[in-house]
Amino acid sequence: MMRLHGFRGGVHPPGQKHLSAERPIESLPLPPRLYIPLQQHAGAPALPVVTAGQRVAKGELIAREHGVTSAPLHAPSSGTVAAIGDFTAPHASGLPLPAIILDTDGEERWIESKPLPDPFSLSPEEVACQVGAAGIVGMGGANFPAAVKLSKARQAGVHTLVVNGAECEPYVTCDDRLMRERAEAIIDGTAIMLHALQAPRALIAIEDNKPEAIQIMRDACRQDARIEVLSLASRYPAGSAKQLIQSLSGLETPSGGRGTDTGLLVHNVGTVYSAHRALRYGQPLISRIVTVSGGAVAEPRNLEVPLGALVADLLNYCGGIAREDCARLLMGGPMMGQPLPGIEVPVIKGTNGILALTAAEAGEAHPSSPCIRCGRCVEVCPMGLLPLEMSKRAHHEDWLGVQSLGLSDCMSCGSCAYACPSHIPLPQYFAFARGKLAEQRREERKSTHIRALMEQRQARFERQARAKAEAAAKRKAAKKSRAVMVEEDDE
Amino acid sequence: MKVNPLAGAPHAHDGDSVSRLMGRVLLALLPATVYGAVLFGWPALNLLVITVLVCLGCEAGCLWLAGRSVRQGIMDGSALLTGVLLALSLPPWAPWWIGAIGGGFAIVAGKQVFGGTGQNIFNPAMLARVMLLVSFPVEMTTWLEPHPWLSGSAPSFLEGLQVTFGHFTFTDGMTGATILGHARTELVMNHPLSQALPGHYQPGFAAIGWTGGSLGETSAVLILLGGLWLLWQRAITWEIPAAMLSTVLVLASVFHWVNPERFADPVLHLLSGSLMLGAFFIATDPVTSPVARIGQVVFGIGCGALVYIIRTWGGYPEGVAFAAVLMNAAAPLIDHYFRPRAYGRTWRGQPRPVPERAKKRAAVSRDSGSGPA
Ligand code: SF4
Ligand code: SF4
Repeated sequence: MMRLHGFRGGVHPPGQKHLSAERPIESLPLPPRLYIPLQQHAGAPALPVVTAGQRVAKGELIAREHGVTSAPLHAPSSGTVAAIGDFTAPHASGLPLPAIILDTDGEERWIESKPLPDPFSLSPEEVACQVGAAGIVGMGGANFPAAVKLSKARQAGVHTLVVNGAECEPYVTCDDRLMRERAEAIIDGTAIMLHALQAPRALIAIEDNKPEAIQIMRDACRQDARIEVLSLASRYPAGSAKQLIQSLSGLETPSGGRGTDTGLLVHNVGTVYSAHRALRYGQPLISRIVTVSGGAVAEPRNLEVPLGALVADLLNYCGGIAREDCARLLMGGPMMGQPLPGIEVPVIKGTNGILALTAAEAGEAHPSSPCIRCGRCVEVCPMGLLPLEMSKRAHHEDWLGVQSLGLSDCMSCGSCAYACPSHIPLPQYFAFARGKLAEQRREERKSTHIRALMEQRQARFERQARAKAEAAAKRKAAKKSRAVMVEEDDE
Repeated sequence: MKVNPLAGAPHAHDGDSVSRLMGRVLLALLPATVYGAVLFGWPALNLLVITVLVCLGCEAGCLWLAGRSVRQGIMDGSALLTGVLLALSLPPWAPWWIGAIGGGFAIVAGKQVFGGTGQNIFNPAMLARVMLLVSFPVEMTTWLEPHPWLSGSAPSFLEGLQVTFGHFTFTDGMTGATILGHARTELVMNHPLSQALPGHYQPGFAAIGWTGGSLGETSAVLILLGGLWLLWQRAITWEIPAAMLSTVLVLASVFHWVNPERFADPVLHLLSGSLMLGAFFIATDPVTSPVARIGQVVFGIGCGALVYIIRTWGGYPEGVAFAAVLMNAAAPLIDHYFRPRAYGRTWRGQPRPVPERAKKRAAVSRDSGSGPA
């Protein structure tokens, strides 16, 4: 066994995985309408390549990537494009975002595909390219386009692929089920990724609260000596990329640098599984596994869901939510998840869970009180920051002070607020400070722009004045020389 | 701030709260408190009640004046704890006004003028104790021999009230010096410790607390048990008590080894006075101690060294309150210089490049292992 290094801080929230861990993956019945936001990934939104009224087949490209960091979108099912317009985004803001609205026809008619070559006969570039063309993004919630990560990592000389099956967020069990039920496919996807990276080994990291998944994955990778399954001690946030890299290698991603600087590249199991589907079956990323759970959900489940299905569809299939009990409706886990503005929002590529939590589960009963400087937040911060000092500065609106204390290193994991006995919502102060700093930067850019314009104007005036003066001087000189000439003539 | 605190992650909490934290500390103090009340009878209990009531009253009054929630402020338990801690450190038969003045000073001058819970620089109870020691040296150093409840020497309830409120004159034989005080007086008279201590100090009694001293500080064992329970409950961290006690232990051992007639032995230091209470319940006060573990070690060492220095060379036989207050003042500085190293950064806060050697080692580390289990 490999020696693990561990990481600093962290907390032990109750896993609550038992609510859904024993429920096998079920397919959500196809909803009549799907809402596919154009922005489901980090980077620029995709550009639609279909028009309203157009019929599309399942898996057909409906929006292409735009710019270097972007990802294309494909039709999650066959049907007709009803409209391209704004729709509520899966985000607390509830702001409308552009989306493609698809009326499904229930036929599930796949796009015709050519026979696929063996992925190992392709060049690493081609594999990465196909991963990108399949619209695959990081499925653990980071949403970063996978192909971009793969090519950059190969150039950086990454030697180890880390397949992240830690799933440290409470409640969420989609990766657990995926590993238990589709282990062979994940191992195959891992081999394909290794080929794309030209890397010699892969480590599959799983928290030890998933012993079945660990066993099944170990059995599945027995044939491949390059792949090793590691059991991590369960502690949030063990599955965060930076902490995972530290646990496995003892190395730290330099502040402001890239994870690949350490020679390790982290991909979520869901991402690796999608790569398998794309390269073996030519299927782009059009569905994903979502855990529907929480104390306010009648029957927690793990569902395979076409992208664009509404949260309402998922909740209905799980027996609905007890509305009077439901204190929070979240997309993602309780530690980092986004509160949803309503249930009429679509599932996107990075949606790993839909949670309806009761007030008791969400820890909502307490109002916050003044900081007692107990240092718990400092102790649990995996990034070694001083959350209490940062929030104090934010409270006094000293945004630069917050920045100087390492705001950019904070990954909003929420450990500090989870442990704070004064119930101070620390990450919210940080989010607020981030917004203010971004605003300041924008203002600064604007004022430098204006200053530049002013300077240009000033320079133009000066130039004109100088030109005038020079012209006048020339005229004078010419007159003088003429006078001299006249004098000379006189001689 | 326009942040809506209900909007963001995390949507989970470990369930601990300030009032629970204070509650656990109070519970841990209960054995020593009960023991003190039994050992010194009704007057001690009266003093405890008065001190606590004054603290609660002042806290409520200040919160009301400041227009803050009185209920929330009182319910967090910090004023109650301040009252108990202060009472435990007072001479058990001190008159009522010592408790009243001390309690009022602790809450008003020690805490509320700074802005209330979490804002104070000094531990309020210790600040009040220092003030009382300086202002009322006679009352603050009239130490009583044990007068346990139900024994013949115990005062009745009425006599107890007389002690607390009336003019009670101590007769000879009722009072005596604490061990530390006695050793100090003898040393001043140039008596070696080998003659001074026998008859006055027995380690066993000192450990149990069958001796004269402050209301709740005599029983080192009960306080230690309470402190260990707090550690187990994770209500306090081990760094401060461990650093403080071991510093005293080391200093006392070294000096005692050099000159046993002049310097008391380390066990005497550990078992007497307020050291145990100070190490587990006072120096660990979250508000006035450093937040980072490494800073807490420094803080604990500082407290321990100051306690030993004041006890040995200072003007008072006991130095825990002074040491705590002095180190409280240094805590912000310690916090500034001793903070954790951030992930991916050097100790100086610069981005920390991945060392090439470590990177290579990480690349090959698998070869040394035995492969999949
Ligand atoms: S955990 Fe909360 S109360 Fe404790 S120091 Fe941090 S912010 Fe303050
Ligand atoms: S949210 Fe930020 S400050 Fe708080 S524990 Fe996580 S990384 Fe540290």
